[in-house]
Amino acid sequence: MNTAVCIKQVPDTTEVRIDPETNALVREGVPSIVNPFDAHATEEAVRLKERYGGTVTIISMGPPQATEAIKKCISFGADRGILLSDRAFAGSDTWATSYIIAAGLKRLMSEQPVDLILCGKQAIDGDTAQVGPGLARRLNLPQITYAISIEEVNLDARRVKVGRRLETGVEVVEAPLPALLTCVEEMNEIRYASLPNMIRAARYEPEVWGRDDLEVEDELLGFNGSPTVVSKIFAPPEREPGEIIPGGTEDPTGVAAVIADKLIEALGATASV
Amino acid sequence: MPKKPKGVLRLIAEKCIGCEVCVGECPFDALHMEAGLPVIDYEECKLCRKCVKACPTDAFYVEGEEEAVEEPQAEAISDTEADLQARLRQYSGVWVFVEQSGDQAHPVSWELLGRGRVLADTLGCSLSAVILGDGIDDLAPEAGYYGADTAYIVDDPVLAGYRPQPYAHGCLNLIRKYKPEIMLIGATTLGRDLAGAIATDLHTGLTADCTGLDIDELTRELRQTRPAFGGNIMATILTREHRPQMATVRPRVMEALPRDESRTVEIIREPLGLSEDEIATKVVGFKPDADLDKPNLTYATVIVTGGRGLGSPAGFELMKELADALGGVVGASRSTVDAGWISHDHQVGQTGTTVRPSLYIACGVSGAIQHRVGMQTSDTIVAINTDPEAPIFQIADYGIIGDLYKVVPELIKVANERNLKELLLGKASEAVS
Amino acid sequence: MATDVSNKFDVIVVGAGLAGLAAAHTCAQAGLETIVIERGTKPGTKNVMGGVLYTRPTAKVFPEFWKDAPVERPVIEQGAWLLTSDSAIKLAYRSQRFADDPPNAFTVLRVKLDKYFADQAEKSGALVICETLVEEVLTDGDNVIGVRCGRAEGDLYAPVVIIAEGVNSELTRQLGMQTDLKLDDTASVVKELIRLDPKVIEDRFNLSGEHEGTTIEMYGDATLGMLGTAFVYTNKDSISLGVGFLLSQAVEAAQTPYDMLQRLKQHSMVAPLIEGGETGEYMTHMIPEGGYNRMPQLFGHGVMVVGDAAMLVNGIHREGSNYALLSGQLAAETAIEAHENGDFSGKTLSHYRARLLDETPILRDLRKYRNAAHYVESHPALLSTYPDLVSDAMYEMLNVDDVPKRQKQWEIVRMVLRARSLVGMAWDGIDGARSML
Repeated sequence: MNTAVCIKQVPDTTEVRIDPETNALVREGVPSIVNPFDAHATEEAVRLKERYGGTVTIISMGPPQATEAIKKCISFGADRGILLSDRAFAGSDTWATSYIIAAGLKRLMSEQPVDLILCGKQAIDGDTAQVGPGLARRLNLPQITYAISIEEVNLDARRVKVGRRLETGVEVVEAPLPALLTCVEEMNEIRYASLPNMIRAARYEPEVWGRDDLEVEDELLGFNGSPTVVSKIFAPPEREPGEIIPGGTEDPTGVAAVIADKLIEALGATASV
Repeated sequence: MPKKPKGVLRLIAEKCIGCEVCVGECPFDALHMEAGLPVIDYEECKLCRKCVKACPTDAFYVEGEEEAVEEPQAEAISDTEADLQARLRQYSGVWVFVEQSGDQAHPVSWELLGRGRVLADTLGCSLSAVILGDGIDDLAPEAGYYGADTAYIVDDPVLAGYRPQPYAHGCLNLIRKYKPEIMLIGATTLGRDLAGAIATDLHTGLTADCTGLDIDELTRELRQTRPAFGGNIMATILTREHRPQMATVRPRVMEALPRDESRTVEIIREPLGLSEDEIATKVVGFKPDADLDKPNLTYATVIVTGGRGLGSPAGFELMKELADALGGVVGASRSTVDAGWISHDHQVGQTGTTVRPSLYIACGVSGAIQHRVGMQTSDTIVAINTDPEAPIFQIADYGIIGDLYKVVPELIKVANERNLKELLLGKASEAVS
Repeated sequence: MATDVSNKFDVIVVGAGLAGLAAAHTCAQAGLETIVIERGTKPGTKNVMGGVLYTRPTAKVFPEFWKDAPVERPVIEQGAWLLTSDSAIKLAYRSQRFADDPPNAFTVLRVKLDKYFADQAEKSGALVICETLVEEVLTDGDNVIGVRCGRAEGDLYAPVVIIAEGVNSELTRQLGMQTDLKLDDTASVVKELIRLDPKVIEDRFNLSGEHEGTTIEMYGDATLGMLGTAFVYTNKDSISLGVGFLLSQAVEAAQTPYDMLQRLKQHSMVAPLIEGGETGEYMTHMIPEGGYNRMPQLFGHGVMVVGDAAMLVNGIHREGSNYALLSGQLAAETAIEAHENGDFSGKTLSHYRARLLDETPILRDLRKYRNAAHYVESHPALLSTYPDLVSDAMYEMLNVDDVPKRQKQWEIVRMVLRARSLVGMAWDGIDGARSML
């Protein structure tokens, strides 16, 4: 049972600070982390390895520093890590990103069998949820998004049964292996890494594959290969501030009455339109 | 109607790694290995394409016009500016994917038709609904009532429940045949699953979670605006050289047009062209959530949200009381969810749910940007906070600086006395009708 | 799983601060299999210091570090201000010689710097394991044989354990090498980064570019007359602003560290320096102030204690980082020697203490100032009854040329060069001399 896990290194958005003057993002000193959903995907892959044997390979695209994120996944229990990194990859949107990662996965699958590919449901920096489905299409694999549980892997019949987290419940789907899953965080609890795994991770040097290691066409990489372009960046339009109803501390009863009046007035006004 | 197979199966020998996967996959024994490479027996090959799909290195392709477009690379045309413009001009019309389940349309579909109408009118083109499913005829006139000129229908038992493969297949056929310039899809679990797959095959741009969509009248390009970095920045994104321009939009971001039964819709039907045994994934069960208290934040009329200022998880009981008094549901800020005070289902904001209620009451919520982007289009916002500097006051219509534990009980009292619940519910039913 | 990973090393270092990294780097360079266990998410995340790093002692461990380490600005001017509530006596010493290659000292930001030193140690072959707490030292009789980490399969073994876990070391207490700290053995430092445009910083501090920086130590009103200092250091695009004071006195004065820092920021002498800046990280940290009198046992069988954990801090000169680096290096040299001899008993490891005495001024200096802190403490007027007393001191200070003894003059020049603490000289000029010399 060999699993490949696609991960992304992202800024820890809970610690992203905002310059109140310029409203610009202060990136300096913001730590990089493994995208949380991808961490859960890695944890799931390691649990599958514990259940069925086999290996876990981490694959990621990013700048050279992203090896840190891969090493982190090694400490979770993954066996191998590959970073797809090349100047030619920079500026890729989700379309070009899935093109490059798919090329990396194809090479991996040419070296060893891969039964399952796991991704996080989305990355917390872009929130697009597009790379997972993109990979499934490019690799012609069954696409199972929002996976919350892997109920069964039948290696003889080469089938997998997966629970999908939908808005109103959990759908159970069955698909042939190999399949691609994108994982939600409720899938598992990430365990605290053991010390031997921490030591292994500290010693581990991920493989780096560049443009020349992959079968890719230059015009489909990076900025050139990205159908979307960012044409403008601006501060979000803010709603106009309203009024402060005085007396919040001294006279809560009076304030509540004023609010009720205001609401009735506002509702009446919009209702009559 | 069975199609006569067109084209010829070809092997790109340089790509082949001799893994023999194709030989095992071929149901017609049309492949065997010679000198480490598969050899195709053209007598036996039925062009089923199992080998094309199974090949880990994409070494097979089918020569011939129809399937060539399956390869995304095939559409990656590098051309001159004139060729480009000519190619882009082949695309016309605004399409909206109508998400349905159990022949009920998801309201986001009508919201997108509302915005799509504006875009189509600006472009001077038609607005179409794309409806896939099994027994979904009733939805076509309904789409017309909400603004569509045309409804493309793919009605097939295979489409009874959503699965990415057949739905993508149906949508791709339609798009390739009719070439819309814009395709809008709801940013739901279903919509995101589908949009990512389609855009990949079409080799086109897809912008997720747009909060603004409009047309650059000079270039006719769709300006897709979305929050980035947790809402601190807005980015406008264009898909310059590829069509259709695809975008997903969260529920409650756009507004539906009033339902107008006098509108009619032209119906165009297309076959799916895919049989059940060609579909890898089977749905084998569904476990509805047992938690009936799960809030429907997205379409709530009133939301009472608690933040860190509650001080403890017990504070949410007071939130529930106020929500009940107003006929609303309870929301939560990210920090309270992260602290484990309440489940993620209640979370409002960029990493939670985007909401647009008639009335939003924020109690002890500081109003971080990631929270504000998820609720600032609410009709009326009331904020209660002890800190006069709390950013929530910058967007609140009515701010109360004070202790929520003193103010909220008074609000509950006055809500009951003056029957605010009826008033708010009255507004809700008015909005639906 | 992962049973292929050995848990035996030649040296275990607890803590990836300056002392620990210096020790690990030196051991690894000598070919010892070295592992560093750090509880923070990254080296340096738990480390706070004012932010001045001296070149010479640092270069002993990390030669030519200034060529590629992420230092901020070379310090070409060092100031000392005696503050009253609305005025200041300002003193500065500026010399272009400080800017020579290499400069005498740099302002630094620890998170960046420690990452660099950790990288150096890793390049030499040391393993740095973060986010891992050492729960206890493993012993066999009197011998330290390893450590137990707070992770599954967390036992590690090595014939030498170097404890560099910083102030308030649990492990030295566990080993009975040190008794519990008292409040007045520790000082608290709170510090804030104020982000400013480099041009603005250079204008305000009279600097001609990124290659120049200044440090200012403040006394008196800055610390409400408590024993301690406040400081302002210029980084590339930020200012480090902080207050350090004895915990015992802060408790007495019912002042929270945060209050003290806010007060300082509003001081009429300080506010203009930081005006318009954006407040960045707020950090707080404890510093051992017990000094010589409170030093733990520095070695045992299979164990050595370095840096803050060993209370190797000079409270008067505010020297901690160079002591940390040097003690780490000396402990490492001793560990290397122990491996060469195959003897890890206290007999060999005692050479660490001997080296501290022979090869560095650390122990001698600490001994010299062992009563200084308590002297000032028992003379509260020294820092609170200004302007009279302090300006008298300044007078003495400024008349330094009139002091007849050449020896004394030399001593003061030496202090200016080596320390930033001009107030030390002020004391030198007054009655306190007795306790210091």
